[in-house]
Amino acid sequence: MAQNKVLVIGGGLAGLMATIKLAEAGIPVDLFSLVPCKRSHSVCAQGGINASVNTKGEGDSPQIHFEETLLGGDFLANQPMVLEMCQNAPGFIYMLDRMGVQFNRTPEGMIDFRLFGGTRFHRTAFAGSTTGQQMLYALDEQVRRYEVEGLVTRYEGWEFLSAVIDERGICRGITARELSSLEARVFRGDAIIMATGGCGMIYGRSTNSMISTGAAAASLYRQGVWYANGEFMQIHPTAISGEDKNRLISEAVRGEGGRLWTYKDGQRWYFLEEWYPKYKNLVPRDIASRAIFKVVRELGLGVDGKDVVYLDISHVDRKTLEEKLGGILEIYEKFMNEDPSKVPMRVFPSLHYSMGGLYIDSGHMTNVPGILAAGECDYQYHGANRLGANSLLSCLQGGLGAARTAGQYVNGLDRTSKDLGSGCFDEQLRKDIARQDEIFRMHGKENPYQLWQELGEVMTANVTVVRYNKNLEATERKLLELIERSKNINVVDASRVANQTAVFAGQFFQMLDLARVITLGALARNESRGAHYKPDFPERDDANWLKTTVARYTPERPEFSYEAVDTSLLKPKERKY
Amino acid sequence: MAGERTVTLKIKRRESASAKSRWEEFRLPYRSYLNVIICLQEIQKDPRTSDGKKTTPVIWDCNCLEEVCGACTMIINGKVRQACSALVDELGDSITLEPMTKFPFLRDLMVDRARLFESLKRVHAWIPFDGKNAAGPGPRIAPEQQQKDYVLATCFSCGCCLEACPQVNGHSDFMGAMPVNQAKLFNDHPLGKPDARKRRRSLLGRDGIENCGNAQNCAKVCPKCIPLVDSITSMNGQITRDLFGILFK
Repeated sequence: MAQNKVLVIGGGLAGLMATIKLAEAGIPVDLFSLVPCKRSHSVCAQGGINASVNTKGEGDSPQIHFEETLLGGDFLANQPMVLEMCQNAPGFIYMLDRMGVQFNRTPEGMIDFRLFGGTRFHRTAFAGSTTGQQMLYALDEQVRRYEVEGLVTRYEGWEFLSAVIDERGICRGITARELSSLEARVFRGDAIIMATGGCGMIYGRSTNSMISTGAAAASLYRQGVWYANGEFMQIHPTAISGEDKNRLISEAVRGEGGRLWTYKDGQRWYFLEEWYPKYKNLVPRDIASRAIFKVVRELGLGVDGKDVVYLDISHVDRKTLEEKLGGILEIYEKFMNEDPSKVPMRVFPSLHYSMGGLYIDSGHMTNVPGILAAGECDYQYHGANRLGANSLLSCLQGGLGAARTAGQYVNGLDRTSKDLGSGCFDEQLRKDIARQDEIFRMHGKENPYQLWQELGEVMTANVTVVRYNKNLEATERKLLELIERSKNINVVDASRVANQTAVFAGQFFQMLDLARVITLGALARNESRGAHYKPDFPERDDANWLKTTVARYTPERPEFSYEAVDTSLLKPKERKY
Repeated sequence: MAGERTVTLKIKRRESASAKSRWEEFRLPYRSYLNVIICLQEIQKDPRTSDGKKTTPVIWDCNCLEEVCGACTMIINGKVRQACSALVDELGDSITLEPMTKFPFLRDLMVDRARLFESLKRVHAWIPFDGKNAAGPGPRIAPEQQQKDYVLATCFSCGCCLEACPQVNGHSDFMGAMPVNQAKLFNDHPLGKPDARKRRRSLLGRDGIENCGNAQNCAKVCPKCIPLVDSITSMNGQITRDLFGILFK
């Protein structure tokens, strides 16, 4: 009997983890990635991965990790999945250790752990300050081993276009195109796991990589997959603002003793230490970002009157800096031409992470049978705000969970994608090729990259740290204007060889869809919770809003409904740091 | 506007592997903290040469823009490096961009570096890990050892070392320093040792380590300052010890 096959879309941490787990179970995988897997956005994760191993005898435990993750997320996360993630975390660290990840060590040669935001326990394992890169490489190496064994086939440099959904509403494969030739084709598969990352590019400049457009998730959203909690976008407090991107300066800097300050009345003012004496510089990200906004925008105390505060690590000894933060400081020095061991770094909050994503159940299956999701592109685990160093963890947990469900699902199917006629496959491919041809025929006046810049500006101004309904309404009007103008794009480049403009134009249309899900979801939610903060509704409102937002696509506008959050394990309490 | 400081980019354009190359020049207003990526993005927004002629956006590879993914490698003012960390303030106001030359050409500044990932298969660049058993933590590793091996592990497959190597050329199949360094990394790891001999053997042969001409360009151009020459020397030493083992058996 031919073995049923799973298609994994996305070669970052979640996709690679799912691939490894499927391969371990003997299930063949086709793995698709826009870029060679080793260049996925996971490389940008710097600081580390959380696991309550408690080697330092501080009394930490997976239960405490679980409770702090829920509190960090302002209780919007479905609790049983978070508990399982925190319980699995120590095992994941050991797995990575045995795959050869170069974790920093204690003098006795054990894995070392450091401090991170939202906790006072040393819970974060790290490999220098390129933990995501090192983890990604280790998983990529294992996938390569399975590739050599013949269980995994890689399609790197391929873009996911659509799911193929049969007349019974079941996913039977995908269409994808090779970016170097723009040739599209069908891939049959019995389940697909989406592991396509976040959507930070919607904000123009963010800490995200260029491929993090959310286009694949947006494409499925149009096909009827629900999108949950879109309005919850994380703003990281400390990044270097840049014209091309904002470069992350990891929370690990504060974990290793870094302090945020600005000048007030000619003196250094350590505002987080004053406002949060218990957690000081290690309050969760949403709180730190709001504090910086207050200092800069409300009190007008940005450094030199600009959107800048200082992040200072110059008092920490050089050996610690080099061994534990080397990569981060190197980034700062390379891009800003200043040595952070001598002068404080100039930072400002930046869009960083999407807590929301494709709607999935507790087994990582979306509302369409056969389509699963894992990693940043799903919505579970982080609630209304993610704790630092929980993203790498949720990628592994998501990959594991999705692979487990996909394995059971494909083995239980009554007929497989190979048994079907070519009807639904041909039809989807025809639609996708027609759409591509349509883009090539666009010779209007608008430049897609300029439109994208406008999109980024309006989203960054109105849908980040502080949100007002009047500005969100204005954003929706701007999005509708951009949708109109995007029909008048000029693709400029007629070649089919590695045509990036045509590909970007397609992704830009999809970014607009998700931008509306984010903006209108934020408009509807009249409360403040985690990263979603409205000064006009400053309190968390559990009576009305302890609910997951679920967006469904309609041609006019996203349609929202709300679903109860599973709070069966821990009663929501006031969030105080 | 006359008098204002500008940056000039001379870019080698070529539409496909079968097309001829040509140079195009672009001019942008100078500002601080410009890097090559920002310049290329500016051109995307209004693709027009310095004499005002409309053209197509330049094609290049990039992703993370913070020098951890390796994608945006190209030849900038004659030197192979990443475009994201190539700051205009350090390059000067006249910049030339060319694609790498040691890899199959795709378009403009984009090449196909798949051979790098293929070479990782060849040298068994992985730990023979067993994921089916929850086996607890791996062996203890001294912090000094970890600090050394971490540097080797930061290789992001950019291809600079192959580009700069005189032995990687049309007449030789030399695999270059990158996979040799990976073999060394995994041979060093206590759990990588079972495959150590396999890795050493994979470095023999027509495209293997003996092609290294000791020009040492690889270590000079490595953006992550990986001691590639040391890695090659170390693997050569391991292979020599194998040969003695066979001779005196």
